[in-house]
Formats: sequence, C-alpha cells, structure tokens
Amino acid sequence: MSGARLELDGIGKSFRGLRAVHDVSFEVPAGAINALIGPNGAGKTTIFNVIAGVYRPDAGNVRLDGRPISGLRPDRVCDAGVGRTFQIVKPFKGLSVLENVTVGALHRRPALADARAYASDILMQLGLHDRRNQAAESLTLPDRKRLEVARALATEPKLLLLDEVMAGLRPTEIDVMVTFLQELNRRTGLTILLIEHVMRAVMALASHIVVVSYGEKIAEGTPGEIARHQAVLDVYLGEPEPA
Amino acid sequence: MNLLARLTDGVPARSLWGLGLLLVLLLVAPALLGKYGLSVLILVLYFAYVGQAWNIMMGFAGQLSLGHALYAGVGGYIAAGLFFHYGIGPWAGVFVAVLAASVAGSIVGYLGFRFSLAGVYFALLTIAFSEFTRIAFDHWSWAGGSGGLFLKVDATSDILNLRGGPLLFYYVILALAVAAFLLCRVLLESRLGRYWLAIREDPEAAQAVGVPVLRCKMIAVVISAAMTSLAGVWNAFYYNNLFPETAFAMGRSIEFTLAPIIGGLGTLFGPIVGAVVLTGLGEIFTDLSELFHISGLKQIFYGLALLVIVMYRPAGVWPWLAERLGFAEKRR
Amino acid sequence: MTADFLLSLAQAITKGLLTGMVYGLMALGLSVIFGVMRVVNFAHGEIMVVGMYLAWMGFEYLQISPMLSLPVIAAIFFVAGYALQRTVISPFIGRPEHQQFLLLLAIAILLVNACLAIAGPDSRGVQMDSQFESYELGAFVFDAVRVHAAVTAIVIAGLLWLFFTRTRTGKSIRAAADNNLGALVVGLDVRRLYAFTFGVGSACVGAAGALMITIIPVTPFLAAEYTLLAFVIVIVGGLGSMTGALAGGLLIGVSEAVAGLLLQPSLKSMVSFGILILVLLLRPQGLFGKSGP
Repeated sequence: MSGARLELDGIGKSFRGLRAVHDVSFEVPAGAINALIGPNGAGKTTIFNVIAGVYRPDAGNVRLDGRPISGLRPDRVCDAGVGRTFQIVKPFKGLSVLENVTVGALHRRPALADARAYASDILMQLGLHDRRNQAAESLTLPDRKRLEVARALATEPKLLLLDEVMAGLRPTEIDVMVTFLQELNRRTGLTILLIEHVMRAVMALASHIVVVSYGEKIAEGTPGEIARHQAVLDVYLGEPEPA
Repeated sequence: MNLLARLTDGVPARSLWGLGLLLVLLLVAPALLGKYGLSVLILVLYFAYVGQAWNIMMGFAGQLSLGHALYAGVGGYIAAGLFFHYGIGPWAGVFVAVLAASVAGSIVGYLGFRFSLAGVYFALLTIAFSEFTRIAFDHWSWAGGSGGLFLKVDATSDILNLRGGPLLFYYVILALAVAAFLLCRVLLESRLGRYWLAIREDPEAAQAVGVPVLRCKMIAVVISAAMTSLAGVWNAFYYNNLFPETAFAMGRSIEFTLAPIIGGLGTLFGPIVGAVVLTGLGEIFTDLSELFHISGLKQIFYGLALLVIVMYRPAGVWPWLAERLGFAEKRR
Repeated sequence: MTADFLLSLAQAITKGLLTGMVYGLMALGLSVIFGVMRVVNFAHGEIMVVGMYLAWMGFEYLQISPMLSLPVIAAIFFVAGYALQRTVISPFIGRPEHQQFLLLLAIAILLVNACLAIAGPDSRGVQMDSQFESYELGAFVFDAVRVHAAVTAIVIAGLLWLFFTRTRTGKSIRAAADNNLGALVVGLDVRRLYAFTFGVGSACVGAAGALMITIIPVTPFLAAEYTLLAFVIVIVGGLGSMTGALAGGLLIGVSEAVAGLLLQPSLKSMVSFGILILVLLLRPQGLFGKSGP
C-alpha cells in the first residue's frame, strides 16, 4: 500500500436547510499525515462522510489521485482505496476480533483462508493477536479502537481516515497509537487524514493542519503556524471580551 | 481448497463421526420406524429444511421476512399447475417454480432494500406481498381459485413425477435437508457468508470496509426464496392439494420462522434442533389435548412453550444445548 | 355514471368512514404502543378480539349493551396491559425484532386459543335494540349502530388527545417517545410510563373491540386479520401520530367499502395491502408521520 493524494474542491453539504459544510477545499499530498481540527459541530465528520461516500456533496468534488470519487457508494469508495474509522466505534459485535478484521481483508482477498491469514498479520501489528478469538463486544474501548483501525487497514487502503481515534485513550495508549501510525506511514507511505481533538497527537503526527469552524475552513498550515493563528485561537478559546 | 476440505475445515473429528452416524440413522430410519414415526420424521425434516432456508435470510443476512409463504406458495402452485394442466412433471416444473420464486424474491428484496426498509417495515412489506398474492390466487382460475388445486393420486410409483408413497417423499426431503445443511455450511465459510454476518451486525460498518450491501442482501433473499420454493413443490406433491388460503397464509410464513428462531438464529444446527423441538412438542401437545377435548388446547400449550423459550432461552435452544454437550459452534 | 351508482358510491364512502372511525380507534392503540416503545405488537388484533368477546359476554349473559360495558372493558384492559408490560414485555424493549415478534406471537396464540377454548369457533354476534334503526339525511341512510360506534370512537379519541396534551403523564409519555434518553435524564420514570402506555394502548383496543362487536360478529380467526389491518392503518397514517391513526383508519375504511362496491368484496384487502406497499415504498413515514427515522 502506498499513499494516494486527496483533493477536496469546494465541498458543500446541507441537511434540510442547515448548512453543515460550505466551500471547503484542501489537499492532502500522497504519503502525508494531515489533521482536520475544529470545535465540536464544525462539520469535520460530515467532511469525512462526504469523502467516504456516506453523503453525496451538494457542491464540489472529491478526487483521489486525480480520480473523482464524490457520489460513489461507500463500498465503492473503499474499493478506490479509502479506509475509515468511525467516531463512535462500530465493531461487528457478534463476531470475534479475527473475524472482524477478516471481513475487511476479504475485500482484496476473496479466499477466506488467505483473508484470515492477512487479518491475523494485521492484528499482530496492532497488538491484538492474543485476543483474536475473543468476541468483539467483550473488548475494552482502547482495544475496540485498535480493532477499528485494524479492520480499515485490512482493506489495504491508500488513504486512511481516522475519526477521533484517540478519544478516550489514556496518554500511554495515545503514544502507542501515535508511534504505530508514524511507523505505518513511514513503512508504507499510507496517506492519513485524522480528525482529532487530542492536540498532543495532532502535533506529534500531522505535518499539515486544516482548521474548520461552522462548516468553513478558517485556516491551514503547519502545526506551528496554526498554534499561533489568531482565527484559530479565537475559535477555540473564544474571542476576547470587548473592553 | 477443494469442496470436501472446505466442508470439514475446523470441524472436530468427533463431530464429523457424530454427523455421519446421524446420517446413517436417517437413511435407515424408515426400516426402524412405523408409519406414524415416519410421518413425524418427515415433518421434522421439512421444518429443518425450510428453517435452513429462512435462516439464510434472517440468521445470516439479518433481514426479517414474515412473508416466506409467498415463495413456497408460488413454487408449489407453479409446479402443481404445470403438472395438472400440461402433464409437465415436477422434475421439469421445479425449474420454472424456482425461477418464479426467485423473481418474486428479487422484487420483494429490491423494493425493500432499495427503499431502505428495515426491521419491522421490511417485515410488513413481506407480509403485504404474501397477502396480496394470496388474494390474487384466490381469483386465478388457472390455479384453481379459492376452491383449490387438486392433483390426481394414483397407485403408480413415479419418482420423477413425485408420485409415490411416504417413503419417496421421505428420501426427497431428507436429500433436500442434507443439501441445505451442506449449502449453509459452505456459504457460511465463504466470503459471501462473512459479508452477510457483517451486514447483520452493522450494515454501515460493513459498507465502510467494502461490502456491497445491497447486492449481498439480494443474493440472500433469492437463495432463501429459491430454497423455500422447493419445499413448496415438495409440499404440493406430498399433500396433493393447494389452497391460496393455506399456501400463502401468514400462519405458514410464521411456521417457517419458528424452528430457526427457537433453535438458534445464525447457527448451522439451530434450525434442525428447532425443528426437532417444535415437532416433538407439537406431537406431545396433540396427545395431551386429545385427553381433554378442548378446542385450541394444543395451541395454548404451544403458545406457552414458545413464551417460555423466548423468555428464558432467547438466543435459542441449540446454543445452550451445544454448550452443555461441549459442541460449541465456533464463535462467528 | 348514473345517479344510482353515485348514490351507492356515496353510501359506501360514508359507511366506510363510519367503520373507519372504529378502525382508527383500534389503530390508535397500536400507534401509541409502537410510537412510544417501538414494540411491534403482533398481538394487537388478538387483544381486540378478546375485547369483542368480553363485550359479547356482557351482552349475552348480563344483558349489558357493549356501549355501557365499554368503559369497564377499557379499564380492565388498561390494568391488564399495564401488568403485561411490567412483567413480560418490559425486558424485550430494545431486543432484536425477531425476539419481540416471537414473544407477542406467543401471547397472541395464547389469547386467541383461550377465546377458542372458552367460546368455541362459532361466530358470536350482538343484536342490539338499535340494530335496525337508521338515520336519514336526504337520500343518505346511515345505520344507527355504525353512527353510534363512530361517534363514541371520536369521543374516545378526543379524550385521548386531551390526555396526551393536557395531563402530565400524557405529556411525559410523548416526551419519552420523542427522546428516551432525554426523558431519563430529566428524571421521568420511563418504565412506569411505558407500562402506562401499554395500558392506554390496550384500553383503546379494548374499547374498539366493544364498539366493533356492535357492527361485526366475532370469531377467534378474525384476530390475525385485525392485527394486519391495524398495522396497515398505522403505517399508512404514520407511526406515532394520533391524527395519522385516525386518518389511516378512515382511509382504509373507505377504500375497503369502495373496493367492496366496485370490485369484488373478497378483493378489498388486496386494495389495502396495495396501499400499504405503496406507502412503504414512497412515503414510509405515512401521511402524518414525521419524516426520517
């Protein structure tokens, strides 16, 4: 798996008159790790859902390595090379850990034995191999998050969308995940776009950050630039009281 | 992996021996059982078979259909009608019957899935189609209308035309049940089967990992409908009569669901265990209620049994039994 | 189209409207239960049939008109429904549909066969004094019995509306239906509310049964048909909407009557199912339901 370039061009999405996302454009170069941040309700997950095909954008388009993917069904978007996790994890509860990831692996490896073997490998990389026969619903939250990532990786994506994968993890667990993602990116060149609130992870991972608020992009730049950007500070910390 | 390897992969040796023994017993059963015993066993196999068919759609793919009588009815009527009017034997008629039922299933499935109906809404759609067809057949003279369609019973034995005694029908339904069991096993251990389970658990997450949800659901409906229609054909030639009132009845649809739900949805042995339990209970209750001469008593016992099972063993009898016997089906 | 035909058509429509009101009341019970608890009450028709039998027994053995026994029956059903929900049904809320379905199916089987055991399979009817009376309005003739039933149904529906909009319990139930978690957070005793809801829904059905027996005789085998009918009405009218249940009842009542007139009577259910299919596909939230899941 090597990474794909992601381009968002003037993306807009409304829900029954409520404008969730408006004229958002940015690019994630192949092999980069970028972050999408912003206050709650800013439209970040909506943007992910547009990229992943859950929503068809009302305006604009999404391109993966130059190929338009907006409006494709989610399974076709996965086929094009996009893997995603959900903000609230969605494991296949009645299946075992191994079977969960196998479902992902089956996408590129139709033979069940082959898919299982590959899934097993991925579990090994994420430290879940010893729990592979446990029921997914019996896992702790951090493990479920890892399972979610493993399952997405099993589809051999070229772009990985991670939606608040650090939420609820303890600092040591966050560090483990950060190291894993850095390693993964270094080894395979997988492009990663993260939605994240945990700044420690954002600063450690992302080479480029896009900030959205109320559905619009308000800033983008390196972590250093963003940390000093006035509009970003206003949005996160609130504007100063009038004197 | 060749087919035999796929079938036996991961199955402990003693289970294989147990199944083999069971198969042998079933093959020689007619010699061991009397006429009554054989008729009960035929019922068990029938419900095990239709249960497997329904289980594919509900237990594997997670789509609740309460209108499966549609497929049994369509299958039965077409095969019987072709035989009645044109002398076309069921050995040929069955292909038309299965085709018709598959088309019916595709329509129901497509409409339901395309319009995003789920849960009880989808179930109601299936009921509506079944009821609609029931009334339609009531007014269709080719099918005999509400007066029914009757097949001539004669003493000749003609396997291809399904003319013969209980023995013939026993082996046919046994063959169907065994084939269904093997089919379910193969399906479960395949990409399609895994995709179904994923859809059952979480369709959105399944789509996110590349599962073509609509296509898989459609396949489940069509396979389930086709299999059920075979039971309809068998049924029509076994009882030699068909009435829209009973062929498409909601009661019949419900009957198809009881064995797999009680036995254990989504498992291989669930429908079989369920069929044994239900038929067994049915016979016991019939005997009990004959003692008391009150109409509806058998059904009251039946209702109580269902109530107890759903309250105390909601996952079904088989998972509980399997744990007791140490036969736990591999965690899926 | 001759004047005679138009008149027959108009008569059929009005007859359908009158019967439809009673259907609406029956469906109201289901709408309340499903709207609030998302429990698929497959025993709905069976509960109504029990109500019909109770009313019949009151008439047959105690010479009490169903109109008078109605409040008593409704009260009995309220208590029974409350108890049933608290004991048996409560654990099943939120469980997979097929389990709920099996539970209510079991209850339905028990109810129907209890009726069969007690009253036998023959149809039982009620011959009221007003059976052959009618009201005339110009060229229209209305069966008195149907008019009384419809008016009573409207009154009961009105009382229910007052309950749900004016009383605290009623408003709490609607809150719980709208937002379960929110209701818990503000301290509503959701379990008690659900039991109350099932009680109210059952009381509606019982009342509908008492009214229905004045129009149609009862047999145990009618139950399944009524369960289906109730679902058709509720889906067409819109789940969780009281207006929808009544409107759906009227629509189905009229379509049955008109279909009975224009096509063969045996095809009337076909029209109802056809309408259900169309609604499920084109507007699953029904006529008055809120759009979206």
